[in-house]
Amino acid sequence: MRGVRRIAVSLGVSMLASVGLVIVYISGGQNQLEGLLLGLALGGMGFGITLWATELLVEPEKVEERAPLESSESDRKDAVEMSEEGQFTRRTLLTRMLGGAGATLAAALAIPALSLGPRPGQDLFKTKWTPGARVVDENGRFIRPGDISVEEIVTVFPENYVGSSDSQAVLVKVDSDLLQVAEGREDWVPQGCLAYSKICTHAGCPVGLYRSEDHQLLCPCHQSTFDVLQAGQAVFGPAIRALPQLPLEVDADGYLVAQSDFPEPVGPSFWNRTREA
Amino acid sequence: MLKWIDSRLGAASLARKGLRKVFPDHWSFLLGEVALFCFVVLLATGVFLTLFYRPDSVPVEYQGPYGPLRGQEMSAAYESVMRLSFEVRAGLVMRQIHHWAALVFVASIVLHMGRVFFTGAFRRPREINWLVGIGLLLFAIGMGFTGYSLPDDLLSGTGLRIAYSAMLSIPFVGPYLSFLTFGGEFPTEGIISRLFVMHVMLLPGLLIGLITVHLALIVRQKHTQFRGAGRTERNVVGKPLWPSQTFRSLGLMLIVSGLLAMMGGLIQINPVWNFGPFDATIATAPSQPDWYVGWLEGGMRLFPPIEFTIFSTTFATVLWPGVVLPGIAFGTIALWPFIEKKVTGDEAEHHLLDRAREVPMRTAAGVAGIAFFAMLTIAGGNDVLAVTFKLPIEAVTWALRIGLFAVPLIAAFIAYKMCVELRSSQGHPFRRQRGVRLVRNAEGGFEES
Ligand code: FES
Repeated sequence: MRGVRRIAVSLGVSMLASVGLVIVYISGGQNQLEGLLLGLALGGMGFGITLWATELLVEPEKVEERAPLESSESDRKDAVEMSEEGQFTRRTLLTRMLGGAGATLAAALAIPALSLGPRPGQDLFKTKWTPGARVVDENGRFIRPGDISVEEIVTVFPENYVGSSDSQAVLVKVDSDLLQVAEGREDWVPQGCLAYSKICTHAGCPVGLYRSEDHQLLCPCHQSTFDVLQAGQAVFGPAIRALPQLPLEVDADGYLVAQSDFPEPVGPSFWNRTREA
Repeated sequence: MLKWIDSRLGAASLARKGLRKVFPDHWSFLLGEVALFCFVVLLATGVFLTLFYRPDSVPVEYQGPYGPLRGQEMSAAYESVMRLSFEVRAGLVMRQIHHWAALVFVASIVLHMGRVFFTGAFRRPREINWLVGIGLLLFAIGMGFTGYSLPDDLLSGTGLRIAYSAMLSIPFVGPYLSFLTFGGEFPTEGIISRLFVMHVMLLPGLLIGLITVHLALIVRQKHTQFRGAGRTERNVVGKPLWPSQTFRSLGLMLIVSGLLAMMGGLIQINPVWNFGPFDATIATAPSQPDWYVGWLEGGMRLFPPIEFTIFSTTFATVLWPGVVLPGIAFGTIALWPFIEKKVTGDEAEHHLLDRAREVPMRTAAGVAGIAFFAMLTIAGGNDVLAVTFKLPIEAVTWALRIGLFAVPLIAAFIAYKMCVELRSSQGHPFRRQRGVRLVRNAEGGFEES
């Protein structure tokens, strides 16, 4: 009986592996061994049972008739008649009222779902940048234009809001001669310091990479590329809108501050982004 | 004992009927079972993980044994996953088995769906069960996505953020919907506990419910079978539930779980300690989603920047690959039984299965669909492709955009031709005898005889 022997071996392997598993566990555990032994313990038993089924339980195939799925005509009629018992269908007014009451109740019960989140309100339109808010790095330090070198890039936040997700911006310093300042933004760039929202206008990933050769910001998520020198315009990839630019100036103490919030909503588009909030 | 039960439940007569129930045999019928067994493994390992995981985003400082992150601030959720991976005995193997089982779970569902599709098993009377299956697939993907997000590492945060942006882009309701779902503007504090409830309660409950319906419908409608001697539309030929099928299924369940255990032990997956905790100001370049969302990622990368505003209503560029594309894709798949019925006018009941080669049109459509998803999935790694082949990413993206339409058409055409040829030669694609008989003619040349 070769079959019997093979089944016995499989089950034996399983047993040994289970014992081994316990030993490994007690002696401190080891990921690879645990997986291997657990696999052998389960697999050996599964293999044995499968062999058992294929070698020892050779049964002839059986035939089962397939009764039609459809009910007979009379059953169908009976079912319809039974459903009409009690003459519900004739009480049109009451059944309608019942339906109405059910629907109203369902609506009333669904309303608490609104507690799940605030109304969007201004949240999507505003960030924490306010006129005069100082620009700080992720350690909360103020920044002077002279503190960063040309082609350097820093992630910045408004003072007191380090880590604020929708306010995060990138501060880049570029050679003023290269810069093609967009109309109306001439005085947003003190000493070549530019700040753009760090949130990709495609699907909102932080735009983290800066390629200084061609002055482009890259989004790692789907490779959208934004031109720092040309008002943050999207030049490649699935993003279409420019990164919103933060108007900067230097305050009396020589630190970089925001002139105002971003001029438009930051991040991915939503249907009413062009409307007044 | 048996008598005690039977006198209270009448179990014997039920068992007599049930144990004799016949199931046809074919390797491809096991794919659905594999999915079911993965689910069992997921439940078992999942319960273990739940006991250690903390669904909480309060910041804590890491003090565990993993050096590179010591002293770093992270969420309690991430910290508990670190603890599970490094300190809880057998924790890492459980985590890895759970993740592998999730990947294989979705894979076997998709393969099972392919089997049902190409053999026409979705036709009347089984359209309802096809729809139930689509529901199962969606819930399984939902499980995968919520589970992927729970460790609160850098990568899972990126997936969530894109999901949020896609939801936000839906015209008129997007902002409300995403604020209700996430509890405010992304990233929110409460999202972890919401995902947790979805992952360990809501979705598993729905899955268990739908699996029950799925199986009950199989029992009620009986399994389909391939054509063969003695097999007709009015019978089922196969092995009875007891003992053959029960033993085989039990064996398969143990083998599947054994393989998953080995994978969990030997193949590293989702090493969250390498990615670091979630940080809203960082996204890493090689984000690697689970395989079944790769096609969505690819869609995001390939879709050209199209965004317009009419009547000051903006239709965002993520709307198309993020909402419209998956909507159309799943809609078409779900409605396929009805679409095919419209085209062929075939209203009859079918219990005998088609071979893929016997229905060239359907097979070609299926192959086109697979090619489409495959192209999108490849596009999900367009940056990797560009680096590997040293091509500019722009060129790769354009090639993939063209390929997205060309490849499925070509694949469908080839599949169609192959089906027609195989059908006319009555051949089996793999078991076909190849070669022709040559006969030497009077001039010394050869001729096919
Ligand atoms: S999120 Fe930046 S390219 Fe998609």
